[in-house]
Amino acid sequence: MAKKVGIEAAIAIAEAAALADVDVVSAYPITPQTHIVEHLAHLVADGILNAEFITVESEHTALSAALGASLTGARTFTSTSAQGLALMNEIVYITSSMRAPVVMALANRALSAPINIWNDHSDVMSVRDTGWISIFANNAQEAYDLTFMAFKIGEHPDVLLPVMINFDGFILTHVIEPVVLFGKEDVEGFLPPYDHPYKLDPDRPVTMGPVGLPEIYTEVKKQQDVAIRSSRSVIDAVFKEFAERFGRKYSAVETYAIDDAEVVLVTQGSVTDAACFVVDEMRKRGKKWGVVEIRLWRPFPFDDVGSALTSGKIKCVVVLDRAISFGGPAGIVMSEVRSALYHVPNRPIVIGVTSGLGGRDIMFEDYVRMFELGEEALRTGKEPEMVTIIGVRE
Amino acid sequence: MSEVVRDLKAFAKALVYKNAPKEEYFKRGHRACQGCAPALAIRYILKAAGPNTIVVNATGCMEIISSPFPYTSWGVPWIHVAFENVAAVASGVEAAIKVLKRKGRLDPNKRINIIGLAGDGGTADIGLQALSGMLARNHNVTYICYDNEAYMNTGVQGSSATFTGASTTTTPAGRYSIGQGYWKKNVAEIAASHYVPYVATACPSYPLDLMNKVRKSLEIEGAAYIHVFAPCPTGWGCPSSMAIEVGRLAVETGVYPLYEVERGVWKISYIPPKGLKPIEEYFKTQRRFKHLKKEVVEKIQEKVRAHWERLLMLEKMTNTEEFKEKFVRPFYEVQI
Repeated sequence: MAKKVGIEAAIAIAEAAALADVDVVSAYPITPQTHIVEHLAHLVADGILNAEFITVESEHTALSAALGASLTGARTFTSTSAQGLALMNEIVYITSSMRAPVVMALANRALSAPINIWNDHSDVMSVRDTGWISIFANNAQEAYDLTFMAFKIGEHPDVLLPVMINFDGFILTHVIEPVVLFGKEDVEGFLPPYDHPYKLDPDRPVTMGPVGLPEIYTEVKKQQDVAIRSSRSVIDAVFKEFAERFGRKYSAVETYAIDDAEVVLVTQGSVTDAACFVVDEMRKRGKKWGVVEIRLWRPFPFDDVGSALTSGKIKCVVVLDRAISFGGPAGIVMSEVRSALYHVPNRPIVIGVTSGLGGRDIMFEDYVRMFELGEEALRTGKEPEMVTIIGVRE
Repeated sequence: MSEVVRDLKAFAKALVYKNAPKEEYFKRGHRACQGCAPALAIRYILKAAGPNTIVVNATGCMEIISSPFPYTSWGVPWIHVAFENVAAVASGVEAAIKVLKRKGRLDPNKRINIIGLAGDGGTADIGLQALSGMLARNHNVTYICYDNEAYMNTGVQGSSATFTGASTTTTPAGRYSIGQGYWKKNVAEIAASHYVPYVATACPSYPLDLMNKVRKSLEIEGAAYIHVFAPCPTGWGCPSSMAIEVGRLAVETGVYPLYEVERGVWKISYIPPKGLKPIEEYFKTQRRFKHLKKEVVEKIQEKVRAHWERLLMLEKMTNTEEFKEKFVRPFYEVQI
């Protein structure tokens, strides 16, 4: 029976992996992710979850072991943050390239140096181009639902790709929120058994991870790109089935109060709920502002972003980035939004802001400032190339 | 011979040249150099392991030569992921098999051997951490290092397993250099320090010994490590016809002793009846040692002899009733 409990997002994610009856968990402690694997270790130790929990000696091994287990036919889960993901990086690429549907919960955290254990999105942005399906959760319930759905998406025979669920370190990992947890009988039939069509099986020997000479490498990479782009239809179908069965709706791009909005803020992760709160408050003062969240980061939902940001009366789009591309276009999400809108006639102005780096709180007035920068750009007609870092001391 | 022999003593007797397995699971047509001892070693290893085997292979010579897509030399399931993580991937494969058997999705009575395979660079250097993790967790995997004493795939660069005095492209002999300047890292002893149930050294110049050790390692529950000395004629500068001879000389001079460490007890597999040959006999077969001056060879000789003496002492010490009573029985027979 589904029941509503007060629970940390980290624990909810572990419960979602357990609900999926995961076979192998391979993970290494790192703040702020640790509560996930601690909880899974307890579930295994107490016999509640029948799984192998591998206490690996590094994150590089965590993902390597997960990849090996996944391609042997086991449903596999891992979890990490920031430096852990950076250490995994080599295997992050290989996991998607070898089509191993590992599910990873990424408790988003800033990258060193200076070492900082708090939240931003520099870790997920560093693996933007690695071929993983990447989805953002805004709260504990979403983290739970999306982790559970991630197995169904990644393991679908038309997909067979790893899936990364992003949720903000500390802001979600360590905060207790009300979450509806399913009982096994509630989800009966939703998640089919994992059966990879090619696995390490002595009865059907296959060679995995061979040398790809120049004659074949390009074709392999093209296939991989086609695979992740094509996963979109499965992602939408899984979201739809979930909504029909359990009533909670998810989409690639979420919108809030954009029907009459002139300025919208583009967000990812837990800042979305905060931005919506600011919009509600400021609407009382006559500000026609809205929020668009890019929940599905990869495959990037170009059409959805394009249609959301060109709908209604939107004239200016302010994109909030939680990481910096040093010496590049500054706003990583901003440059993608700009490219999604590039060919649109009469497209809105797109400007970028960066905030909330390394755990610095984004205050009410910071959000207001972001929208005001949008209004200012509308007035002057200027569309600065670079982002504005909100609240930086210079 | 593909079925598993349970009785080790019977097996040791059973495997002689005339009934060594005829089946080949490492197929012809791979791209190894002529006289490649690592490729020969793999052939023997898979003959001993049989078809119910999954091989996890590190980046390196053996991976490159055996899997240029769409060709493969592997008659058993084979996976290559990266350079430094064979032990990690093998840990995951083993964990998967264990849990799938427990959950009834794999036949719990079917024995599936898991072999990790990496070169000396992938083992002694970049893969050592993952290896240590796998051994400490005691996964039921046999990890085999094929040691050709340098990074051969990238063009003979020195590793920490390169033999002392050997000239490589990154430890070149020169006016101020004898070549590799420090003592060869002993990974077999590092493995033994994890108290895993089985560690051995072997060499394809002694194929029955190698195959028996592989079989034994797969029979024993828990992690096993086999260090296989595998001459590389291309990298060592010897005729390709000499690979077997060079391997024999390494064993006969004590440069590379063959031994087993079974549940903490050391046993030398081969003691040359007329004593160790002088290491010059081994050195002179290879161009990589050609530059060594007599006094340097003498110093290395001293260390080789000392290492051998230490091995004899370890064997003597660990084969006593006292050692077995005070260490082996309480340590290995107690199941926590």
